[in-house]
Amino acid sequence: MSRLLALILAGLLAVTACSGSAASGPKSLRMTVWTANEAHLKLLNEIAAEYKAAHPDVTEIKFDSIPADGYTTTLTTQIAGGNAPDLAWILEESAPDFVSSGALAPIKGKIEKADELTPSATKLWEKDGELYAYPFSTSPFGLFVNTSLVKDVPARWTWDQAIAASAAGKGLVLPDFKYQNWAVLSAIWRGWGANAWSEDGRSCGFSSAEMKDAMSFVHKAIFTDKAIPGPGTTVDFFAGNAAMAISQISRAGALKDAKFTWTLMPLPSGPKGDYAVIGQAGVGVLKRSKNAEAAADFLGFFTNEANSAKLAQFFPSVRSSLLNAQTLAKSNPLIRPEQLQSVVVEGISKGVVKPSHQGQEELNQTIRAALDPLWKPDAQVGAVLDDVCTKIKPLLERK
Amino acid sequence: MTFWTYRRRDNLVGYLFVAPALFGSLTFVLIPLALVGWYSLNEWNVLGGTFEFIGAENYQQLLSDEKLRDSLVATAWFAAGLVVLNLSLALLLAVLLNQKLRGTTVFRTLFFSPVLVSLVAWTLVWQLVLQPEGSVNGLLGFFGVDGPNWLRGDSTAMISVIVVQVIKNVGLNMVLFLAALQGVPAPLYEAAKIDGAGVWTRFRRITIPLISPTILLTSIITIVGSLQVFAQIAVLTQGGPGTSTTVLIYYLYQQAFQFHHFGYGATLSVLLFVIVAALTLLQWQMRRKWVLHER
Repeated sequence: MSRLLALILAGLLAVTACSGSAASGPKSLRMTVWTANEAHLKLLNEIAAEYKAAHPDVTEIKFDSIPADGYTTTLTTQIAGGNAPDLAWILEESAPDFVSSGALAPIKGKIEKADELTPSATKLWEKDGELYAYPFSTSPFGLFVNTSLVKDVPARWTWDQAIAASAAGKGLVLPDFKYQNWAVLSAIWRGWGANAWSEDGRSCGFSSAEMKDAMSFVHKAIFTDKAIPGPGTTVDFFAGNAAMAISQISRAGALKDAKFTWTLMPLPSGPKGDYAVIGQAGVGVLKRSKNAEAAADFLGFFTNEANSAKLAQFFPSVRSSLLNAQTLAKSNPLIRPEQLQSVVVEGISKGVVKPSHQGQEELNQTIRAALDPLWKPDAQVGAVLDDVCTKIKPLLERK
Repeated sequence: MTFWTYRRRDNLVGYLFVAPALFGSLTFVLIPLALVGWYSLNEWNVLGGTFEFIGAENYQQLLSDEKLRDSLVATAWFAAGLVVLNLSLALLLAVLLNQKLRGTTVFRTLFFSPVLVSLVAWTLVWQLVLQPEGSVNGLLGFFGVDGPNWLRGDSTAMISVIVVQVIKNVGLNMVLFLAALQGVPAPLYEAAKIDGAGVWTRFRRITIPLISPTILLTSIITIVGSLQVFAQIAVLTQGGPGTSTTVLIYYLYQQAFQFHHFGYGATLSVLLFVIVAALTLLQWQMRRKWVLHER
């Protein structure tokens, strides 16, 4: 009888042991990304393969490409539908929403040499001293110039010179602006010292004198100087149809097979002198992931020094050890070291991140709608900007 | 006596036949409908993962929401413009193509073909056509007219969206009207002609009353359809310029999926549901006044 009991006990133990190992058994991770670029995905998959080889319990790491247009909407819909990914790329403009809502798991402990990350670049992703996403890509805005169309390019223009030169050529484009994504204009108005809102995010900056001067300049460049293509017209710099473009350095890859000669310059200096604006992307672990622990562990590997160096060929790193022209030059054969120094290295260390705020998407739409009257030849710039502030005041003051 | 009588077996077969449809409407219509009602009573923070019962708060917000007022105005303009333009054009085309002339089949096919084109493809092509440098303005320029920036003008944006939608769907109403017109007995016209009735009198006194059931049907379909226009807005104007083309369903999408206010978004869907149900009910009641056979 006692032997039978022992047998049953042993059986039970075996069953619990098995089920125990099943819980920590094979894991599969999914990371949502907005790139569908083959070279990017190849590198991501290589890093994942290396991690899987060392961690047999992780059987699959899948990179789920979601189009950049509507990326955040798709991501939040997945989360709402109970189908949250384990890791997700996050755009800088959604950072305050994701970080403050508690959707992300803390990751600081998993990041290799977290103290060598440039503080200005991690600020957006921190709350109460903890890091909630790793800024894997910090990409400064620069001025791409088609030197087949524009000759005699100095080391750095002023805005007046740049607009005059582009009006004489085929114009200056802001490929991501499309008269919708107004935040891209921060790459211009920072030169006037203007801000969308105050540092604490509570008061509106659109009605400031600096902003009015900057936007009057933009308005004049579009409608009087005809240097920037007007609303509704699409001109492709990367196909050689424009003289200049303000875009992020990560877009340089699109110029690989360009049929024209080009150069990259820092943003022209404004009335307030030299400045830089950067766009950012972070990668975080969703707290609700079943495999949050494994996902955070993979994130640590994904962003370690060696892998950061590999990723830097597409996504400029914020690790101070990698942030120098020599390292960047190895992975950016298209751009000369002095260009990398002036645009990337100085841009990342001195730059201001594109505007972002809690409830960004609602602000985006409200500002977009309020700015629409500005994109007409006879617009009253000051009145339109005052109206923007009236419209967004309640949103900025919301907790 | 066995359990499986003929009657029971027949019933079972009947239920089995409707089961797939019943399952489909339960899973994809009735349960989601009930859930939307439930969500509208809650505040749902998708990112934070909180779901909190707040009673009628979302419904109170409906009353104070200025953007909602703007979007209801835009919706009314859109619906009115679409219904008037679509039905009158469809009827005109149907009357013209009902003549016994050579080549009418070609034109019928031509006007109906946009109905078969994928909506997004159709809209994307129109987006190019309506660009400032697009073919519409190119054509206008040929006649010396300086065309506006269609999709970015305060009033032209709404007109453009309506026209794009009318051309897309007018063929469907046209076919329904054609069928109705062909059902009008020819002797009635002959008798009226002998009595001295002119073309317009015959149309007003014979054609309109006899096709009134179809007018009712097409107006219900078109109004309900106008409240569901989404892809056109999303592709052509994104609700702009300003909020001039932010119709209710697009505003609902913004609130729920872009601003992450799923609870308030659900409340807006309930509002949309009530509006559609009320309009349909109203039209159904009005049929006694409009429709010949119902009098």
